[in-house]
Amino acid sequence: MRRLRALIRKEFTHMRRDPRTLVMILIMPILQLFLLGYISNDVRNISAVVFDQDNSRASRALLDAYRAADYFSLDYVAYSEADVTQLIDSGQARAGIIIPPSYGGDLAAGRSAEVAVLIDGSDPTIANAALSAATFVGQAHATNIRFQQLAVRGPAAVTAGLPFEVRTRVLYNPDLLSSYNIVPGLIGTILLFTTMGLTANAIVRERERGTIEQLIVTPIRNWELILAKITPFILVSMVDVVLILLVGTLWFGVPIRGSVLLLLALSGLYLLPNLGLGLLISTFARTQQEAQIVILPLMLPFWMLSGFIFPIAAMPAALQVISRFIPLTYFLVIVRSIVIKGVGIEILIPQIAALSIFAVLLLGIAALRFRKTLD
Amino acid sequence: MPDTVIDVRSLVKKFGDFTAVDQVSFLVERGQVVGYLGPNGSGKTTTIRVLLGLLRPTAGSATVLGFDVDREAERIRPLVGYMSQKFALYEDLTVRENLVFYAGVYGMTPTEYRPRVTEVIELIGLTGREGERAGALAGGWRQRLALGIAIVHKPQLLFLDEPTSGVDPEARRAFWDLIYTLAEGGTTIFVTTHYMDEAEHCGRVGIMYNGRLVAMDTPSALKQSQLKGPAWNVVADPLIPAL
Ligand SMILES: Nc1ncnc2c1ncn2[C@@H]1O[C@H](COP(=O)(O)OP(=O)(O)O)[C@@H](O)[C@H]1O
Ligand SMILES: [Mg+2]
Repeated sequence: MRRLRALIRKEFTHMRRDPRTLVMILIMPILQLFLLGYISNDVRNISAVVFDQDNSRASRALLDAYRAADYFSLDYVAYSEADVTQLIDSGQARAGIIIPPSYGGDLAAGRSAEVAVLIDGSDPTIANAALSAATFVGQAHATNIRFQQLAVRGPAAVTAGLPFEVRTRVLYNPDLLSSYNIVPGLIGTILLFTTMGLTANAIVRERERGTIEQLIVTPIRNWELILAKITPFILVSMVDVVLILLVGTLWFGVPIRGSVLLLLALSGLYLLPNLGLGLLISTFARTQQEAQIVILPLMLPFWMLSGFIFPIAAMPAALQVISRFIPLTYFLVIVRSIVIKGVGIEILIPQIAALSIFAVLLLGIAALRFRKTLD
Repeated sequence: MPDTVIDVRSLVKKFGDFTAVDQVSFLVERGQVVGYLGPNGSGKTTTIRVLLGLLRPTAGSATVLGFDVDREAERIRPLVGYMSQKFALYEDLTVRENLVFYAGVYGMTPTEYRPRVTEVIELIGLTGREGERAGALAGGWRQRLALGIAIVHKPQLLFLDEPTSGVDPEARRAFWDLIYTLAEGGTTIFVTTHYMDEAEHCGRVGIMYNGRLVAMDTPSALKQSQLKGPAWNVVADPLIPAL
């Protein structure tokens, strides 16, 4: 216990003496959050194709509302749904607005109409903006109509619900990267960096300094050294999780529907396989550069194939298989389910099991290899 | 308490096909200052690493303080001190923090290590500079701090691996004074060097060449044999440039 305390105290001193790294660990997630969060909110003039089957005053009013909102530039007019998809397929238009023939009639009769908006999901940032704009402008216009109806006909004549609904359908990329997805996703990727990357470096640094030999000839046990190395990063990572959640909810308005406590606990679980990976890398790498050379190419597929950026369902089968061997894949499901859907632990058992298996395997292999290099 | 603190018998250490330590045997008695002299690459560090359980012997056996180095390294470790060739300092920690850390990993409590750390700082002549970062110290002082780290837990046996390499002659002399002080306090010292003049400081000297221990005796006896035997001459030649 005394040995462990001395080791942990030393790790915290290292961290204190290197405030740049600490600041980076704490600032980086916030920076990324703002970057990704804003890129996806600030797209204007999305090129759109219109298929107005109704061509009534009401339908033209709706299109005017879309035009006025500045999100869409209604560049093309189509005369069939095939035209709409063809224009989107070719990339000329990013979105298609389809108004049904009965639109004006439904509105007048007080029936609920349905307007369809197709969105090209291949560029998630644009698609994300288009998606929220389509819904937002539609709802605003529908509310306007509702107020007019109330004013003209009185409450009794008006049905419940809005006079029309915008149904959006995203082509190619149904699980869009939106700030709802980014905030939870960032938790996973940031933790990946702080645990895997920094743990590997922390141990490799002992080797570079030549202090590893000195440590081995003390009565320190392997697990004490490992535990001491990872403790500061676990703590800082948890602070990161809380920071991301705070900024995510307070600034970007992402509601946390599920239990924060469960989220923190499972974040802790998710740290373990990553720590195991970091330790494993540190047993191979002699210098920090060598460690980076392994880590960077590893991070990339983790980002790309875990479902953080592209939906797994849209990937080729071979890549889908690879994604199953990435801990982040499972954690993304966990964190998105808790934050966005508010599900409880009982739904997440398969993911928890997968992460646990990874944790045991990776930490176990790392501990075995670690002993070997010490001997 | 055994009087033989190091007992090495036909020790062999190979790295692949390369034999770094070849059939080495020697004894070290309690309280001795034993020098291990040899040019770079002759197998000095490898011998120490095997004795500390950092490397496993390929053949032969060795005991340190009565414990087998291969099977009982964990029992040896609390009793011995090691100053490696690459001074094992944490540059971002202060002098005192470095010593307190190593005292802590040897399981000393604050009441045990506080007076001890002060004592060590005094011994290595760093009183008044406890708060300086180790990275800011000049070469000679880093060397002394590295020694302090190796002795903070009061080891009975001390391994010093080329402690004086890369340090100016004055600092070297002062360092040997320190080694004598420790030896007078009863610590057995095993020190490697490639400086031939330092062999004079030792009670016994072993001479390593190409992984083989070609001689081990008192400095004066070795000088005698220098006149007759070929071994010393063979060794002396490559050593001259090192001076
Ligand atoms: N881990 C290792 N793997 C391969 N060869 C090694 C290793 N350690 C040392 N050697 C080789 O063993 C020889 C003896 O090295 P060493 O014991 O460090 O010599 P010295 O300390 O006397 O300078 C050198 O030729 C060195 O290159
Ligand atoms: Mg050496």
